[in-house]
Amino acid sequence: MDHLHTQPRFGTPGETYLHAFTPGDDFYQSLIDTHRDLSDEQSRLLNARLILLLANHVGDLRVLKEALAAARAGVAPATT
Amino acid sequence: MLSTYTYPRYAYRRPANLDQPGTVARHPVVVIGAGPVGLAAAIDLAQLGLNVVLLDDDDTVSVGSRGLCYAKRALEVLDRLGCGQPVVDKGVTWNVGRTFFGEREVFNFNLLPEAGHERPGMVNLQQYYLEQYMVERAQQLPAIDLRWKHKVLAVTPQGDGATIDVETADGPYTLHADWLVVADGARSPVRRHLGLDIDGKVFQDRFLIADVVMKADFPAERWFWFDPPFHRNQSVLLHREADNVWRIDFQLGWDADPEEEKKPERVIPRIRAMLGESREFELEWVSVYTFQCRRMNSFRHGRVLFAGDAAHQVSPFGARGANSGLQDTDNLAWKLKLVIDGLAPEGLLDTYSSERVAAADENLLNSTRSTDFITPKSAVSKDFRNAVLSLAAEFPFARALVNSGRLSVPAHLRDSPLNTPDVDAFEGVMHPGAPAADAPVLRDGAPGWLLRHAGNAFQLLLFVDAPESLSAATRTALAALADAPIPVHTLLISATAGAAPAGTTLLVDAQGLAARRFDARVGTAYLLRPDQHVAARWRALDAAAVRTAVARATCNA
Repeated sequence: MDHLHTQPRFGTPGETYLHAFTPGDDFYQSLIDTHRDLSDEQSRLLNARLILLLANHVGDLRVLKEALAAARAGVAPATT
Repeated sequence: MLSTYTYPRYAYRRPANLDQPGTVARHPVVVIGAGPVGLAAAIDLAQLGLNVVLLDDDDTVSVGSRGLCYAKRALEVLDRLGCGQPVVDKGVTWNVGRTFFGEREVFNFNLLPEAGHERPGMVNLQQYYLEQYMVERAQQLPAIDLRWKHKVLAVTPQGDGATIDVETADGPYTLHADWLVVADGARSPVRRHLGLDIDGKVFQDRFLIADVVMKADFPAERWFWFDPPFHRNQSVLLHREADNVWRIDFQLGWDADPEEEKKPERVIPRIRAMLGESREFELEWVSVYTFQCRRMNSFRHGRVLFAGDAAHQVSPFGARGANSGLQDTDNLAWKLKLVIDGLAPEGLLDTYSSERVAAADENLLNSTRSTDFITPKSAVSKDFRNAVLSLAAEFPFARALVNSGRLSVPAHLRDSPLNTPDVDAFEGVMHPGAPAADAPVLRDGAPGWLLRHAGNAFQLLLFVDAPESLSAATRTALAALADAPIPVHTLLISATAGAAPAGTTLLVDAQGLAARRFDARVGTAYLLRPDQHVAARWRALDAAAVRTAVARATCNA
């Protein structure tokens, strides 16, 4: 079965990059630019919409559950 | 002022022009500004055979350590200018950078993961040493007339050059330059005086530079912290310099008061928090800075050519300031020499601007991205930054997104009109426009480096299995190329030793690394420009194609 990919995968198919960091930096800048001029509340909504769009694109629930677990593992719940 | 360095004082000399009132001396080239970029311009042009007047308003080198990191490509340029070795000898060589988030290392990089290059990924050296070594090199060249304490008051461009009004302790005088190179730094009084635009943005953040003298056994690496326990919510950068001096950069935020933050009673506790109470150190130099990311629309204005910080400025994250300035004059000098000699049209200098504007844009893009990652300007931007850092230790894809500075690498000039597009198939990155890769070679049996034999003229790298295998027709063709108005000298890159045919230089590629890096087979030919960039390449030598490519690379097509 497919597992969650954790190696760098950013890039435009068919394009070669002189520096390995370039396509990741391209993506990161697009991500930050997409949030430009939004309020914090609007940014939260944008992020939620983005997660849902990408999750549907992935589709495979096994991969999505791995991603959810990996994301959660790095965030400790507040102790009460 | 500094405990580790004594500033040289260079002698002011009364200009001869003052004794010939009413006459204006004419010079083929005048360079304004004896910082690293102006010195590089003067040395390069003098090496090419031009007389150069170099004007500077001071009589010593850079005050403070300032530009610190000199990248592999800049060292190669300095080698060509005859002053790379003292920089490497005195400097601190490093290749590894480590990035920490809080107390944890999340990412590291190696700038030069492969062997077989003369120069390392990066050398750290205080700017005053670099300038001192460049001045010493300039003083060896009689073609350079270096005038200290000659302050430029005004520049008046004219069709055939520019007149320059200069002030000295003995009075003012005027001289005329057929061509003027302006390298007078970020504030560029000449650029302002001429009312030329430079567009970009100021970053709303302040940084404290502290140079401290201490004995420490930290490795010679670049250490970068996001949100360290000793300086919460900000970034810190630690670099080793020469003479047991260490550079520490503290992000302070936009609201910090620069005058207050420079006071030792403010600086010393910050350093103690970082180094621990028991570490003895001495504060050597402190500065608080802001920075801008911007460039001029064109680096050429008629016969006035701008280079270095005067033409473009970037954030310091990535060491793309002085390194790109040295590549400006690397690009400019040979073009200016050809134009002055009447061997190329003035339009060749437009490609100085277009090629270096493209390089500046690459530097601006990368340093701006680094700055946005290091100092996020919105809550969501900071959330993503911290999410990347929190994923980085575990997930390789996130490590690749950590951006504490994408360190200076040379622009490949892939879209330059001076390139001859490939007609043959090649692998790898030595495409037209790329700066030639270095490789170990033997010359007369002695080990050396390819790039030490490259540059200052057009050259053909011709790959052969044995020097004796060249046909008589090929030898005749190579001799004709060397005998042209714009000569092309041949470097034979041979798999085996032998006798070099007359007029060629034989370099033995004993380890095969030159052939591998250039994706070369027997018969492959590369045309290199005087600045060591690839102009054209073929799988088989065709002298007519070489001549056409030289014409194209000099705007003579």
